[in-house]
Amino acid sequence: MAAMELALIFFLPFAGSLCAAFLPSNARNAEAWLAGFVALGTTLVIAALYPQVSAEGVVRLNVPWAPALGLDISLRMDGFAWLFALLVSGMGTLVVVYARYYMSPTDPVPRFFSFLLAFMGAMLGVVLSGHLIQMVMFWEMTSLASFMLIAYWHHRADARRGARMALTVTGAGGLALFGGVLLLGHIAGSYDLDAVLAASAQIQAHPWYPAVLALVALGALTKSAQFPFHFWLPHAMAAPTPVSAYLHSATMVKAGVFLLARLWPILAGTDAWFWIIGGAGLCSLVLAGYLAMFQQDMKGVLAYSTISHLGLITLLLGMNSELALVAAVFHIANHATFKASLFMAAGIVDHETGTRDLGRLSGLSRAMPITAALAAVAAAAMAGVPLLNGFLSKEMFFAETIFLDRPDWQRIALPLAATLAGVFSVAYSLRLIHQVFFGPPARDLPHVPQEPTRWMLLPSALLVAACVLVGVIPEHVIGDYLRTATDALLGADAPAYSLAVWHGFTTPLLMSVVALCGGSLLYAVAFARRRATTVPLLEAIDGRRIFDALMTGVTSGAEWAMRRLSSHRLQMQMMLLFAVALGGAALLALSGGIGWGTRPTLPLDPAFALLWVIGGTCALAVAWQAKYHRLAAVAFAGGAGLATSLTFVWLSAPDLALTQLTVEVVTTVLILLGLRWLPRRDERIAGRGGTSPRLRRLRDVLVAGACGLGIAALAYAVLTRPGVDGLAPFFVQASLPQGGGLNVVNVILVDFRGFDTFGEITVLGIVALTVFALLRRFRPAPESMPLPRQQREQAAAGDAPPSRVHGGELLPAGLMMLPAVLARLLLPLAMLVSLFFLLRGHNAPGGGFVGGLVLATAVILQYMVGGTAWVESRLRIHPLYWIAAGLLAAAVAGIGAALAGAPFLTSKAWHGELPWIGELHLSSVLVFDLGVYMLVVGATVLMLVAIAHQSLRSHPHKSVPGALR
Amino acid sequence: MEIVFALAIGVLAGSGIYLLLRPRTFQFIMGLSLLSYAVNLFIFGMGRLRTGAAPVIDPARGADPALYADPVPQALVLTAIVIGFAVTALFLVVLLAARGLAGTDHVDGREPERE
Repeated sequence: MAAMELALIFFLPFAGSLCAAFLPSNARNAEAWLAGFVALGTTLVIAALYPQVSAEGVVRLNVPWAPALGLDISLRMDGFAWLFALLVSGMGTLVVVYARYYMSPTDPVPRFFSFLLAFMGAMLGVVLSGHLIQMVMFWEMTSLASFMLIAYWHHRADARRGARMALTVTGAGGLALFGGVLLLGHIAGSYDLDAVLAASAQIQAHPWYPAVLALVALGALTKSAQFPFHFWLPHAMAAPTPVSAYLHSATMVKAGVFLLARLWPILAGTDAWFWIIGGAGLCSLVLAGYLAMFQQDMKGVLAYSTISHLGLITLLLGMNSELALVAAVFHIANHATFKASLFMAAGIVDHETGTRDLGRLSGLSRAMPITAALAAVAAAAMAGVPLLNGFLSKEMFFAETIFLDRPDWQRIALPLAATLAGVFSVAYSLRLIHQVFFGPPARDLPHVPQEPTRWMLLPSALLVAACVLVGVIPEHVIGDYLRTATDALLGADAPAYSLAVWHGFTTPLLMSVVALCGGSLLYAVAFARRRATTVPLLEAIDGRRIFDALMTGVTSGAEWAMRRLSSHRLQMQMMLLFAVALGGAALLALSGGIGWGTRPTLPLDPAFALLWVIGGTCALAVAWQAKYHRLAAVAFAGGAGLATSLTFVWLSAPDLALTQLTVEVVTTVLILLGLRWLPRRDERIAGRGGTSPRLRRLRDVLVAGACGLGIAALAYAVLTRPGVDGLAPFFVQASLPQGGGLNVVNVILVDFRGFDTFGEITVLGIVALTVFALLRRFRPAPESMPLPRQQREQAAAGDAPPSRVHGGELLPAGLMMLPAVLARLLLPLAMLVSLFFLLRGHNAPGGGFVGGLVLATAVILQYMVGGTAWVESRLRIHPLYWIAAGLLAAAVAGIGAALAGAPFLTSKAWHGELPWIGELHLSSVLVFDLGVYMLVVGATVLMLVAIAHQSLRSHPHKSVPGALR
Repeated sequence: MEIVFALAIGVLAGSGIYLLLRPRTFQFIMGLSLLSYAVNLFIFGMGRLRTGAAPVIDPARGADPALYADPVPQALVLTAIVIGFAVTALFLVVLLAARGLAGTDHVDGREPERE
């Protein structure tokens, strides 16, 4: 049963996100109700799972996905994951309520709520993943959702820049984490979280442990905005405030510390862990606390204080002590409550007064007493005032710094640094509250401040209530849950601890008192009358500037490399391609040798040699003539194609020969139709070739010749080796008994590999539609618009085919009358022949492809002889219908089998005797081949006719209205 | 036979590659055409050359694989021929549209600077 609930938790937010995306853009209430219900429902399901989690330890759901690769969809909830999941979903519910009133009616809310819910789903995915790779995927998804939400107001440059920076930093960290996770899985032999957690000793003893640690740390520290990657978080404050409260203080930035805690049992305990994780945490704690004191923006203060508090958690995790881990988990929950409520207060102030500038705000407590009270309590919790939750975890932190198990100087330095950070924390909390809510009332605010609607205050009030409750009676409110969480992380090693408010007169208490008094004093002395907006000492060090310089460097480096290594010119790219292929092949041939095989060759037939003397000459002639004599080149290419087709006949491939022959015809017609739109090119008017074009051509001849020789050698080397009995025997033997056909090639196409063919005809249909669509918007070059010279001269001589003008005549008059009679006679005959090829295809050379091409050729012949107008006044072909009918027929043949319980496209045959007609063999394969046939007819005719129609467009008075829709 | 067949592939491929290196789109399309002949013949040749052994089963002779040519490369090449036609058609239309838009038939969409 629990598995069902896990799936629900996992599924609900994403489903909600999808629904939210499709609501109208002004449906603010509907969106809020939808998102609120989804978030609340998820929260309730999670809360209901607690008894099971605390009793059983771990609740699991495994869905095998690609078991051969060790990839499963695995959901796993233990006490720690439960606490985090509840934090994510519960905070999500409150933020949705808050956002309903925060977002302005002009904001497009579907996008907002859709991404918010998607983020919630992704974050729950991170928390609940029992498989490491799956977790990394969700991790990246949270980065993407964060990107979309920071850039929500994408008309603002700072939002776009902040979003880009956040995505670059956290996305790069995610990649590093992916690397670390792959190494972890490799060492542990499995990506399953339980298996990895069990391989602790193995991982720490492994020579790759430092690499694993570095990569995982990169991922976690970037995500949690820890020094030296902290700079992205203040810029992410361009997001709407609900997003800042939710993603950038309560949940997403906690993913980093979540991961560190999750992997704590297997990675922690070493010196490297202490220095990397603890060091980054300490730097963030002190540095960000210092910077927070000087921010002018309310959200800026909160952003830096978030970094500082995350630094505190990271430092606790880096201390290699079980009790410190407990304190870290406790502080994760506490920080989320007071910081989210402070963000909400900042958002309310911004919403009601129109500014967040500490220099302008003042004395708001008169106009907004409730907001002021809530913010003051939350800020007090942040500062660590007794009887509030922040005090408890901070006290535990102070205690841990004293009992650190390290050499002496570190045991003295750390408590001092911790107290200093406490002083900063008190000072910035005090400054935030005092400057905004106390002092003389501000005069020049954009709006007159007033208390917001109660619903906007409610989420903040609930969070503040939680702060107070946890602060006063911690053991009753959170004791159990915390213990379940830490037991899940530490198992049997979980230490005993007490969550009492009063521990007697201890050193930590002394440190707290020093921090409170010192912070108040610092604020009173240094900040109460300070007007400067700069940061002393650290003004020069700005992470953003370093980041920007780095990005500029990378971009210009990439541009330089592109300039050096590649070219914008296609010819140069092709040259590089062939040169590299040639070089690689030559290297292999020289090092390994290629050598001829020993298979006895067929005796040489002089006729075959003659055929290819002609074919080869044709190919060379194409290369020679393609620039100035296009018509000749097309004819020569036809010659080479004919030689290819005859080769297929010669070498036992009648189906290929037929297909090649018919394709040759349509291709030639197609290119001939296109020639008219190409620019005139004449040897006589071309400029004189200098030496450099000649040299270039010589170089190309050499490369092409070498490639040709290489391919010939390769082909010969294969041909003289004995054949390999791969799939051929199976197909030959199974063709009749299983496929019911004698023509093995056709049976493979329509039966054994029918699905491939289905895909292929789909591609053919898509290409035909693309050609059609491209030509509807076709704009020829102006110089191609008038009638071609030849037609003009013919018209002047009086023998233009009048058929093009008079569509109503029975036959085209003039020169084309006789061919037209023949072509009309040919059409029914060609139809018969094409049907004949289609029907016999299963047992003799032929089939749907050949039949379709024959019919298409006959149709296009009508167009060529009679002219477009004449043909379309009598014969209405709807190629689009043919394509659709063909695809449908092929699909029906496949689905019919599926309905009968067999796999898609399984053939069904019926063989029997009918009165009058005689013996009959019917097969679903025939329906499939009929589909191929119709699609080939439709696609070919559509492409050819679409190009042919372009010649009508240049003389609008002759166009046929309504033709070929 | 094999040597002629191999040389035929070589000549087709060489001419095709030379044309692919040329600057005009029409030359390029002809080059693709020639190269696809060569590639189709090459794939077809992977089944080794046989004469008089079309893979159409003669019920009188039975279904002994040794009697018939390899049908698998033939099936592959058959679809390749048809798809090759579709690609040629698509490329032709793109070529015409590009010429209409850019006013040139150079493969880069603009005339190179004269040096």
